[in-house]
Amino acid sequence: MKKFTLLNGLVAPLDRANVDTDAIIPKQFLKSIKRSGFGPNAFDEWRYLDHGEPGMDNSNRPVNPDFVLNKPRYQGAQILLARENFGCGSSREHAPWALEDYGFRAIIAPSFADIFFNNCFKNGLLPIRLDAGKVEILFREVEANAGYKLAIDLEQQTIGAPDGTVYPFEVDAFRKHCLLNGLDDIGLTLQHVDEIAAFEARHHAAQPWL
Amino acid sequence: MSAQTLYDKLWNSHVVRQDEDGTALIYIDRQLVHEVTSPQAFEGLRLAHRRPWRIASMLAVPDHNVPTTNRSAGIADPVSRIQVETLDANCAEFGVTEFKMNDIRQGIVHVIGPEQGATLPGMTVVCGDSHTSTHGAFAALAHGIGTSEVEHVMATQCLVAKKSKSMEVRVEGILGHGVTAKDIALAVIGKIGTAGGTGYAIEFAGSAIRALSMEGRMTLCNMAIEAGARAGMIAVDDTTLDYLKGRPFAPQGDLWDKAVVQWRNLHSDQGAAFDAGVLLDAAEIRPQVTWGTSPEMVVAVDGCVPDPATLSADKREGAERALIYMGLSANTPITDIKIDKVFIGSCTNARIEDMRAAAAVIKGGKVTVKQAMVVPGSGLVKRQAEQEGLDRIFTDAGFEWREPGCSMCLAMNDDKLAAGERCASTSNRNFEGRQGQGGRTHLVSPEMAAAAAIAGHFVDVSKL
Ligand code: SF4
Repeated sequence: MKKFTLLNGLVAPLDRANVDTDAIIPKQFLKSIKRSGFGPNAFDEWRYLDHGEPGMDNSNRPVNPDFVLNKPRYQGAQILLARENFGCGSSREHAPWALEDYGFRAIIAPSFADIFFNNCFKNGLLPIRLDAGKVEILFREVEANAGYKLAIDLEQQTIGAPDGTVYPFEVDAFRKHCLLNGLDDIGLTLQHVDEIAAFEARHHAAQPWL
Repeated sequence: MSAQTLYDKLWNSHVVRQDEDGTALIYIDRQLVHEVTSPQAFEGLRLAHRRPWRIASMLAVPDHNVPTTNRSAGIADPVSRIQVETLDANCAEFGVTEFKMNDIRQGIVHVIGPEQGATLPGMTVVCGDSHTSTHGAFAALAHGIGTSEVEHVMATQCLVAKKSKSMEVRVEGILGHGVTAKDIALAVIGKIGTAGGTGYAIEFAGSAIRALSMEGRMTLCNMAIEAGARAGMIAVDDTTLDYLKGRPFAPQGDLWDKAVVQWRNLHSDQGAAFDAGVLLDAAEIRPQVTWGTSPEMVVAVDGCVPDPATLSADKREGAERALIYMGLSANTPITDIKIDKVFIGSCTNARIEDMRAAAAVIKGGKVTVKQAMVVPGSGLVKRQAEQEGLDRIFTDAGFEWREPGCSMCLAMNDDKLAAGERCASTSNRNFEGRQGQGGRTHLVSPEMAAAAAIAGHFVDVSKL
């Protein structure tokens, strides 16, 4: 997994609540048995004017000029600014895979759906919860200032805005540790093999039908 | 020891270790696997030269991509076929029990787990699918997980998790005629919102919940995720035990008796404290219909499409956008909404009781919509329905009687809506494009869907 330490990135605003994982990566792309290559189809239905299918040459497709991520000023964005309940719906990990493959490294929103939130951390993508009032300020700033960037410091747990404002954020200590060091969960868990085996033996002795 | 909630009991009995900040390793008793979210996990195991920790805990089934028409000749769509074949190959390579596409036991993963007795009280159950919350109906702790977590559970038999907060949703009283578990689920989501349960594990309790069948309880827990909750659950009682007894994966003989003694303890203790609570009066719940593109956009069938101007500022824009997408205008009575297609199926409402309920509404009527499909949740549900003659009631009325699978719940196979088509659906999600790009979904109970297929528009089934 990619490490996440410092990020000074261009911000793109996606001004919609309840963006679901099917909007992030439509179901027809879930037929892939791979983990990569979903970026060109992130937000496919909003981003293109035609209907996307796996295997199409995306560079020839008509793009929707009104979709925010297609605006020239947001090209190369690494931080997605979003609204409430981002990532709701299906548990598909293809959603964070698509966002990461597109180029995003962090998402800032007032709230996230649970499974999506978890999935982000497994893929080097940092989801940041910030209260709705602050998110609203950031929306106004991004829309008012072309080239608006934010500086995210995971170690310090802060977001630095160009006007000097610093927004602190919360992050779970274990997840922070994994992201900072690019650690794979399975390797970490397998350090506890003996404890798992001992638990399992007790558990099955007490419930022999399992 | 102080009074514990059901969630406390399930959590505490599965903690392998816990760090000071609350991050825990939770032991997993059952992992259900399907073709969409598992290929990358199996691939990860292979690349790292790992084997599944406990093969016997796994049960696999293809469901999302399988055609629901005659499939003895295999899957025509090459991309879907590769995904299903990949599951078959992975299960063969690692020795995982799989009910293949043409096995009578095949079906939607959340239907077959309970049907086989593979979901048992007191278990932790995971699957790479958000509607894993369904299994909580059996007083199990059931989580939907992502593909990295699927691989993690395969490799370590554990999930890294933090304990959620607890919420009690209490529904007291008696449901009216024509009002179902689906309507309770939609009414709860309408009340607390799709993010209302975020960060919580919900326990459904109260006399109206105890009166539900296991099928109804599964419908309700299935939709806990649509309220944002990670898990939904219901205490064990005689209904739970009667359902499970004699199922293939359930314990038999002495082991059954032993298990029952422990399972009887799977309820919240008197006086146990929840972090949040919601109370509903069953008598006040009416048959529900969603009008928008999120399950919280829901009203009673005798109501009207809301006027966004009357909604609070934070809801207005979403409602306006939803009405445009849905092709509806404010203040339209729900019963005036004309339907193009009807879908009766999905892990929410494709069990035998749902088939019976839908068939009972038909009463000799004929389908007047463009297409009406019934997709049973499993091969065994289908067979049972046929033994009861329900398939004839459906086909005589003009419904299509299909092979089991997810079908038009998410439209990954050939079953989809065309742009602009309006569907009364018994599934669980009405997001934009969920049932096909541009398709318009109204979530309802099986009774409401069947009645709409006959009338061509929504009907108040409580008056039938
Ligand atoms: S029936 Fe629908 S909700 Fe259920 S598992 Fe299949 S796709 Fe998911």
